[in-house]
Amino acid sequence: MQTVFFYVFAALTVLCALMVVANPFSRNPVTSAMFLVLTIVSLAGLFVQLHAFFLAAVQVLVYAGAVMVLFLFVIMLLDLKEEERRKVRKFAVIAGGLAVAIIAVLFCTAIGQTTAGIGVQPILEGGTAALGELLFKHYLLPFEILSVLLLVAMVGVILLSKKDLK
Amino acid sequence: MNVGLEHYLVVSALLFALGLLGVIVRRNLLVIYMSLELMLNAANLALVAFSRFNHNLDGQVMVFFIITVAAAEVAVGLALIVALYRKRETAHVEDLTTMKF
Repeated sequence: MQTVFFYVFAALTVLCALMVVANPFSRNPVTSAMFLVLTIVSLAGLFVQLHAFFLAAVQVLVYAGAVMVLFLFVIMLLDLKEEERRKVRKFAVIAGGLAVAIIAVLFCTAIGQTTAGIGVQPILEGGTAALGELLFKHYLLPFEILSVLLLVAMVGVILLSKKDLK
Repeated sequence: MNVGLEHYLVVSALLFALGLLGVIVRRNLLVIYMSLELMLNAANLALVAFSRFNHNLDGQVMVFFIITVAAAEVAVGLALIVALYRKRETAHVEDLTTMKF
């Protein structure tokens, strides 16, 4: 049963990611954003399979909720038309595709040759309590630094979106 | 057949490669940005899988941090794109060649 769920969610993730990047039917950024939402939600399904329940919730709340709303908001704000088809340099596309294919094959062969994690019976539970304990005890300083980072990002965004940007 | 670590890592690798393909192939700044998000998500999946199969929660804390940093990064990046669009009226990378030699 778990295997079936894994394959369903994995196929959904990769398929939707492909639709984000190279949708044969539409080159509209809104379509890409919608498929990115689907990718993120199915990725949250994979997280649940890995018993990372808290992260699955955060993934849906923060990514599919906040970040994607921001993306869609900017797309609507800029009123982007469909990415018009310009003359594509064949050499560039072939070289780019080749580079990506080589990286994918490299990753997959490297993974195939490792033996890490084989035979291990996973028992870890990524619930809120366990994660929170670790976060507020062992990782307290990075956590506080992160709050400063968010403040800096907020100030930066306000400064960048001023009308008369010097 | 049991689902092991390498299954998750293969999905993560494919996701990363797709994100890289998007960054290389697409010409719209916003879609390039979405492809970057895909690559970040691939790293997240690999970290969660490692943390699960190595009995170590540190990987999940790292993913938590990555999600937060990604949210901040998206906010700043989109503000930059909006500022750029105000000045140049375009979100197409081939029109942004001021720094091209």
